[in-house]
Amino acid sequence: MPDSIDTTTSKPRPEHFVAPLEETPLEAIDTIKAEGKPSNLWIDAWADLRRRPMFWISAALILIIVFVALFPGLFTNEPPNSNCQLANSNGAPTEGHPLGFTRQGCDVWSRIVHGAATSLSVGIIVTTLVFTLGVLFGAFAGFYGGWVDGLLSRIGDIFFSIPYILAAVVIMSVLANYRNVWVISLAIGVFAWPVTARVLRSEILRVKNSDYVTAATAIGVSRFKIMWAHVVPNSIAPVIVITTIALAGAIVAEATLSFLGVGLPTNIMSWGNDIAQAQTTLRTAPQVLIYPSIALSLTVFSFIMMGEVIRDALDPKARAQR
Amino acid sequence: MLWYTGKRLLQVIPVLLGATFLIYFMVFAMPGDPIAALYGDRPPAPGVIEQIREQYHLNDPFIVQYFYYLAGIFQGDFGVTYSGQSVNDVLARTFPVTIRLALLAIFFEMVAGIFVGLVSGLRKGGIFDATGLGVSLVLISLPIFVIGFVAQYFLGIQLGWFSPTVGAGAPLEDLILPALVLASISFAQIVRLTRSSVIETSGLDFVRTAYSKGLTRRRIVPVHILRNSLIPVVTYLGTDFGTLLVGATVTEGIFNVPGVGRTLYQAILRGEGPTVVSFVTIMVLLYLVVNLLVDLLYAVLDPRIRYA
Repeated sequence: MPDSIDTTTSKPRPEHFVAPLEETPLEAIDTIKAEGKPSNLWIDAWADLRRRPMFWISAALILIIVFVALFPGLFTNEPPNSNCQLANSNGAPTEGHPLGFTRQGCDVWSRIVHGAATSLSVGIIVTTLVFTLGVLFGAFAGFYGGWVDGLLSRIGDIFFSIPYILAAVVIMSVLANYRNVWVISLAIGVFAWPVTARVLRSEILRVKNSDYVTAATAIGVSRFKIMWAHVVPNSIAPVIVITTIALAGAIVAEATLSFLGVGLPTNIMSWGNDIAQAQTTLRTAPQVLIYPSIALSLTVFSFIMMGEVIRDALDPKARAQR
Repeated sequence: MLWYTGKRLLQVIPVLLGATFLIYFMVFAMPGDPIAALYGDRPPAPGVIEQIREQYHLNDPFIVQYFYYLAGIFQGDFGVTYSGQSVNDVLARTFPVTIRLALLAIFFEMVAGIFVGLVSGLRKGGIFDATGLGVSLVLISLPIFVIGFVAQYFLGIQLGWFSPTVGAGAPLEDLILPALVLASISFAQIVRLTRSSVIETSGLDFVRTAYSKGLTRRRIVPVHILRNSLIPVVTYLGTDFGTLLVGATVTEGIFNVPGVGRTLYQAILRGEGPTVVSFVTIMVLLYLVVNLLVDLLYAVLDPRIRYA
């Protein structure tokens, strides 16, 4: 037994190191703070977004484009479709006309400035339509399931089976005499929503068996109210992401249709129209084609970049892959 | 597998009916009298009009006309073009060209996209990865006709590396530039898909087991990681086929490729409604068939789908 050993005769023991007494209060190492604002997906996402330069770059670009679209008069003195002189056809840049002239002798810069509003309006109208239809179809199909799901999903499949630009080509050919911003937006949006509906539906299928849904059912909240108040808001994150990217897609679709000649009539400013018209003089005056292309690509780029950073912020899986 | 194939085939039927119905409905809603459009300023005798109306079933109600149209499609009859050629003749002439262009584009985007995606995924966060992601973001943002014109102007006209337009008979070397342009739209998506799939697969247990067995990286990367990462990429080709068809319409228009896309492009430009509809119908049918095949291929590649 160790106690029986005579300590006076044995070798001196090595000193033991004893850590100084440290009383960290439990609270300080507690990871969950009881007070303070509770965090959720959106607060986390915002904290993530704020730190990313790509977010601020795309936000700044989008703000500039929106500003140009709202107040074109601040950027150019020329009203749209006027002061075009054939003497200036494909002319080089001069004082007050920094980007030169189109084949019809119009100022390229002012056409680009006035085209911003068209692209943005189409983008916003299409996105609103796609979001509304997609959320309605996706929410009812995912939440109610059964025959409702079967019916709504088959309708979605049918609309999905026609590539939306091809469908828009047919609609715009049919409505050749009624071409304007609203009609082209409808033509694009009516066939573009099934992707949104599918994304929301699969997200709702994941969410609808959560405990808070059971709890809401238990306290007697109606099915319809549970869907709109609890399930849809908790499934909307991936829809927000694809909606941002869909806005860019709608702008491209409008430009493509105008390029094909079934888009907007030439009296409405549209980058797609300008690019299509500059096509014939590509060899002699490439600048007339390049500048509207840059404007179009930059706009699309800023919305796609915004969609990408939002996706990274909202999707933990994408965050891990960075 | 048989059961899955049967189920998938049955699912196509309502979609097929619905899609053709939608297209036909849009045409039916077209304003204007088709006979007046046919004869222009000099209307024929009333008897002739009546005969034509009878011949093309124009007096029948909408739903009956739709079934005539559907019956025509199932018999492989897509009608005639504006200039009186049978659509089938035009297809026989133009389809092989488009198939060649599409296959070449798919080849380019698969080889380049999977390579860049694989390297990016294996060296996540490296310089190559960052460059690849940046380039793919820019490519996604560029509409295909912008890429087409820029390529035509700089590579075709300025540098003279490629022929800016495609010659008669569409020889393969002339198709390289249009195919590269067509490939560029989906290239970016394939890079991203492959990259995230490779990152996900690399973290799985069987890859760790392979390393701990002492296998070399040269064997693990192609056999264990790449092969298992390709399933989502293959299915992407199906959904992407629609983009490819629209892209082909624009690309063939720009580079003057004598394919199905250019025929559609010119019909659109000339405002030839019925021809546009015939070709859109054919493209939609093609899209449905390709998606069906890809879904079946998916079930072959991934047994979980078959038994789900």
